[in-house]
Amino acid sequence: MMNPLSLVVIGGSAGSLEVLLQMLPGLDVPLAVAIIIVLHRKSYADSVLIDLFSSRTRLLVKEVEEKDLLQPGTIYLAPPDYHLLLESNGSLSLDYSEKINFSRPSIDVTFSSAARLYGPRLLAILLSGANADGVLGLHHVHKMGGMVAVQDPNSAEVRYMPQQAVEQGGVDKILQVKEIAPFINKFAAVTR
Amino acid sequence: MNAVKEEEIGVLLNDMLECYGYDFTDYSLASMQRRINRLFSMDRFPSFAEFRYRVRNDPAYIQHFVEEITVNVTEMFRDPSFYLALRKQVLPMLATYPFIRIWHAGCSTGEEVYSMAILLQEANLLHKSVIYATDINTAVLEKARKGIFPIANMQQYSQNYIASGGQHDFSAYYSAKYDYAKFNESLCRKVIFAPHNLVTDGSFNEFQLIICRNVLIYFNKDLQDKVLKLFSESLEQLGYLGLGSKETLKFTAEVHKFRQIDKREKIWRKVSI
Ligand SMILES: C[S@@+](CC[C@H](N)C(=O)[O-])C[C@H]1O[C@@H](n2cnc3c(N)ncnc32)[C@H](O)[C@@H]1O
Repeated sequence: MMNPLSLVVIGGSAGSLEVLLQMLPGLDVPLAVAIIIVLHRKSYADSVLIDLFSSRTRLLVKEVEEKDLLQPGTIYLAPPDYHLLLESNGSLSLDYSEKINFSRPSIDVTFSSAARLYGPRLLAILLSGANADGVLGLHHVHKMGGMVAVQDPNSAEVRYMPQQAVEQGGVDKILQVKEIAPFINKFAAVTR
Repeated sequence: MNAVKEEEIGVLLNDMLECYGYDFTDYSLASMQRRINRLFSMDRFPSFAEFRYRVRNDPAYIQHFVEEITVNVTEMFRDPSFYLALRKQVLPMLATYPFIRIWHAGCSTGEEVYSMAILLQEANLLHKSVIYATDINTAVLEKARKGIFPIANMQQYSQNYIASGGQHDFSAYYSAKYDYAKFNESLCRKVIFAPHNLVTDGSFNEFQLIICRNVLIYFNKDLQDKVLKLFSESLEQLGYLGLGSKETLKFTAEVHKFRQIDKREKIWRKVSI
């Protein structure tokens, strides 16, 4: 059962906030895909982050609430301290189980969950970070026919995370920061 | 990555219902699928057929199955601002009652319950309170009864406690033994730990405060509605309902009976019947 909507999932850890802030203004408005962002972050920064993101794009940015339905043109931010899972009916579920890779939310968890449901209608992008979270998830995205992209480790503030993904293989595209938004726009246009 | 497929999850959950009366069919599928796959690889089943055979034919395995597919992660004073709101806005109202009944539904290993007992003690209300602490998983209830938690967590809990408005020495509430902290028995003298399944078991008392956090996230919308109705029926007029930080009464059938006491906290008051 594949979902008709196309989806972009972005995972990031140390050094990725700046990348997102630079990328957001370049996104097309309206946009034909939904975007989910899973960031490793401290739990208090909640609404601050939403405000920060909203100030850079006219797309709707919201922190995920229990059972939110994915809508195109909306950016969903995973809340701190919960894993974010996707349901086959297009809704989002939160899960308070054990940390994975010392992380909750874990990027692997969301990438894998999305891979299973969206197959080739998924673009997964892994940004800067000091942890290997997300690498296994990208592998699943690749196996299910999705598009895999990483931030160029050479220009990442912390290269470890994207570098691990490149070494694992299956990466379709290595992106500079300024190329990320156009790449998403193009993905949205061709998969709609 | 997913040895057990979506259709097979459905088959297993039907077996659980048919053979043992455990109804997980209205749980959110994504989490179920993760937990069941985790169990499948943990117990090293060679095939789904063998997994299913075990479930259908070995009642002793079911206990383990339920323990492993439910998520039991919890903390003391998790989301300190929630507890601060209880201290400031809820306990002063409860204090006016001669007798206070509280229900912790889905209490897991009890960290939340001991947190509540500490709040009540500090508000000088513990002596006139009874806490019913329930969960579907009897193994976690057994742990909760003992009140023994890893000492490694105490530093975090102590910080949470202070952030929740606690002004005492947190370490006075437990005694440290090796790697464990045993919480004072005086805290749980007024606690009744008992199994209760929110899906199939009904209301068993009327309460002034019901706390059910991070349980509804595992249920689909229909089941959430059903369980919220159960809570509503189990609350006295003007009683309080506390949910997890990402859960809400919004968009549910019961919402019109409740008023959120504070925009930022997931605490509602039942204002009509
Ligand atoms: C993630 S824990 C939440 C613990 C605690 N309330 C907290 O927020 O930290 C979820 C708990 O709900 C329990 N649970 C799941 N399904 C249940 C049901 N049908 N009836 C009662 N408890 C249930 C699980 O066994 C588990 O202990």
